[in-house]
Amino acid sequence: MEIIMIVLAGILFGFAVYNILQKRLLRIIIGTALLSHAAHLFILTMGKLKRGASPVLTEGTENYTDPLPQALILTSIVISFGVTSLLLVLAYRTVKTNGTDNMEELRGNNHD
Amino acid sequence: MIIAILMPFLIALCIPFIAKFKYRIHTGYVAFAASLSIFLYFLTLLISGKTDILYHYSWIPSLGLDLTFYTDGLALFFALLISGIGALVAFYSIHYLDLEERLGSFYVYLLLFMGAMLGIVTSDNIYALYTFWELTSVSSFLLISFWFNRKASTDGALKSMLITFLGGFALLGGLALLHLVTGSASIREILTKGDLILGSDWFPLIVVLLLLAACTKSAQFPFHIWLPDAMEAPTPVSAYLHSATMVKAGLFLLLRFTPVFRESEAFFIAVSIIGLLTLFWGSYMAVRQTDLKGILAFSTVSQLGMIMAMIGYGTEAAIFAAIFHILNHATFKGSLFMAVGIIDHETGTRDIRRLGGLWKLMPITGIISVLAAFSMAGVPLPILNGFYSKEEFFASSWDLSADRAFGTGFASVLADIVPYAAVAGSIFTFVYSMYFYFRTFTGKSETTVAKKAHDPKFGMLLSPVLLVSGVILISIFPNWFSRHLLLPAANAVYGETMEAHSIHFWHGLVPALLMSLIVVISGILLYSTRSYWTGLYKLLPGRLSGNNVYSVILNASEKQTKKLNDHIVSGSLRQYNAIIISFISILTLLVLFGTNSFDLSNMDTSPVSLPQSLPELAVAVIMIAAAFGSTVSQKKLTAVIILGVVGYGLSILFVLFRAPDLALTQLSIETITVVLFLLCFRHLPEFKRERKEKLSKKITNIIIASLCGLMMMLVGLAAYSQRLFPAISDYFIENSYKLGGGDNIVNVILVDFRGLDTLFEITVLAIAALGIYSLIKLRQKGGDR
Repeated sequence: MEIIMIVLAGILFGFAVYNILQKRLLRIIIGTALLSHAAHLFILTMGKLKRGASPVLTEGTENYTDPLPQALILTSIVISFGVTSLLLVLAYRTVKTNGTDNMEELRGNNHD
Repeated sequence: MIIAILMPFLIALCIPFIAKFKYRIHTGYVAFAASLSIFLYFLTLLISGKTDILYHYSWIPSLGLDLTFYTDGLALFFALLISGIGALVAFYSIHYLDLEERLGSFYVYLLLFMGAMLGIVTSDNIYALYTFWELTSVSSFLLISFWFNRKASTDGALKSMLITFLGGFALLGGLALLHLVTGSASIREILTKGDLILGSDWFPLIVVLLLLAACTKSAQFPFHIWLPDAMEAPTPVSAYLHSATMVKAGLFLLLRFTPVFRESEAFFIAVSIIGLLTLFWGSYMAVRQTDLKGILAFSTVSQLGMIMAMIGYGTEAAIFAAIFHILNHATFKGSLFMAVGIIDHETGTRDIRRLGGLWKLMPITGIISVLAAFSMAGVPLPILNGFYSKEEFFASSWDLSADRAFGTGFASVLADIVPYAAVAGSIFTFVYSMYFYFRTFTGKSETTVAKKAHDPKFGMLLSPVLLVSGVILISIFPNWFSRHLLLPAANAVYGETMEAHSIHFWHGLVPALLMSLIVVISGILLYSTRSYWTGLYKLLPGRLSGNNVYSVILNASEKQTKKLNDHIVSGSLRQYNAIIISFISILTLLVLFGTNSFDLSNMDTSPVSLPQSLPELAVAVIMIAAAFGSTVSQKKLTAVIILGVVGYGLSILFVLFRAPDLALTQLSIETITVVLFLLCFRHLPEFKRERKEKLSKKITNIIIASLCGLMMMLVGLAAYSQRLFPAISDYFIENSYKLGGGDNIVNVILVDFRGLDTLFEITVLAIAALGIYSLIKLRQKGGDR
């Protein structure tokens, strides 16, 4: 199962990077969102999957799933939400100011 | 002791403040006083005979690095030369430089240089030596480009800097190797471990690197090309740096390590050949020059080559002669440069074709020049020190095969050829000296030039007059100088005590005298029939001269750098991203395969069985499809909604993998994110407007993306299969209730064990919120377009 998940995460990484390399700002933001999904899955997999009950202490349970990756991911989800929303507003601002969201048109030139 | 070495730096610090009053007192007087007092200090050291004063400071004791300054005979000799000529040059420059020039900068550079030179000759620590060495290159660069609005000045400065820094780099390498081989950074200790160095495998490389350093600094063939261009510097600088001191730093370096190197035949072969070649080439080129300073520059190159050759010989007589000639060269070349400065100052030109007949107009300058030039030529007169040292040069060349027992190899053949090469190289020296003097001071001059030329004020003449009287004094009392100044230095170089060396004008009919006579006679013949030989002087070099090579390399590297830079620094963020990502991916992949990090047998995976694992597999397939869909979708709405599918799929996976908190958070966040996307939507342009990307670019992006994905997969596999440390999760599971008082372990970790993390997470969110708020608010102030 872990191998499957690692492969899944790798595929998601691939799509994310492809999106990040695109011209449009919205595509790039979609790419970063995908990237954080992939990273979360990746971290979760590192802590071994399906090794016991949910990490909530209950009487009589010996094995729990590794709680540490989950805690890390929880932090990360919130942060990536912050990143995505900031990027979105940044894109919005860029479009308003420059009239384009095309990276090729937004690049500086040598005389800047 | 330390004060004397640091004094130039300290004074240089004060110069900018003093320079403000330059109209009341010329800034040069301060520099003059400083160098004179340093000179007097070293003179008292010389007279008292205390030659091993040490300043010791434990610099980095843990690395065994000490900052030590010491003066042995050699260091003292050079220190006297540096400070003595420095004082004269400073005095000369007072009258040479106009008050309107940037005097402050000039004297700062000059003192910086003087301090660095003193540092080179007195340092015991090799890294200190290296630092001072580079400092001389820097100050030389600044001084050459002193008139920085002239293109020739900056070009010459750049050339000298590039070449001498190349050598500096080699020096660092060579010194580091010496440190490695001997285990000591102290020159005195290194010199005691000669056998270790000679026997080491690194020895050839050490010699090559140190030679490279010495040859670039001392303008040896083929690195001599920077010296003629450095003549764009103000003349006092040329007199000081580029004839008397800095160019001798390379010689100093070799002399310093001669006690070790002189045993080696390879060292003899390399240094002698370079030296003789430079001697010949420099004097040959000097005859072709039309600029007075150009003649002197090439003559300096040639004289340095001669000294270099003597260092290569490594015999007692040769080393003594080398030291002797360093002194003599400083006196006659220094005064010649100053004389040229005077001529330039008075007539406004240095072009030898326009000059002539100055003898009548400037008799004192004429006397200075005739003595100095004839001394340089080695004219046999008892008042010309150049003759003495040239005689010693011939004698040591002649006796070389007798003094050093070479085998039957190449070295012994070379030792037999050396005397002839020495004579051949010296003939042109004679010719250019005559050319320099007679073309300038006799014959006719252009009327425009001759009109107002006359001997300058006393102040400007004083320094060259003193130097020329040095020429005569050394010739009259050679043995006094020999005993007090030259022998201690030569002893330090030779490593053993030499017998007292007496210098005579008349040795009897020895081979050296014959050699001198051959040089003089053929020189006179060549000079008087020179009109027939002009073709000979234009014969070499053709397209392959060192200068052409230099400019080809410089232009090509400039062009390539610009091309590379334009290519990489294109201003396109996408391209930067592509480069960064592919670089990371490829590097990581290489490392993974290079270290063979996969140990799949060791993997501890949970089993996949079809009916039970169906949900996970289904979700995985859906997520991949959704990710693909959002990537190719042409409508922004579709793309965002399908992106949502990936997020929800992930939360389902969280549920399946027993992570309830994650699932809850992911669900709510995903919802908010989609809403946010939709909010911003109205303002973002539709995808359709985007022009079609080139296919090749698309394929490149796909390749980069797949590489990155593959890299992450393999990293995951490698990381999963190797567990180097036990997991720390058990601690949290055990102590969640005990220490944190909560059942939900994830929550306890977040708010208790790693509470500070969460605090910062909240801070990040707050900052993001502030950023978003201000980005939106910006509209009201800046206005929309």
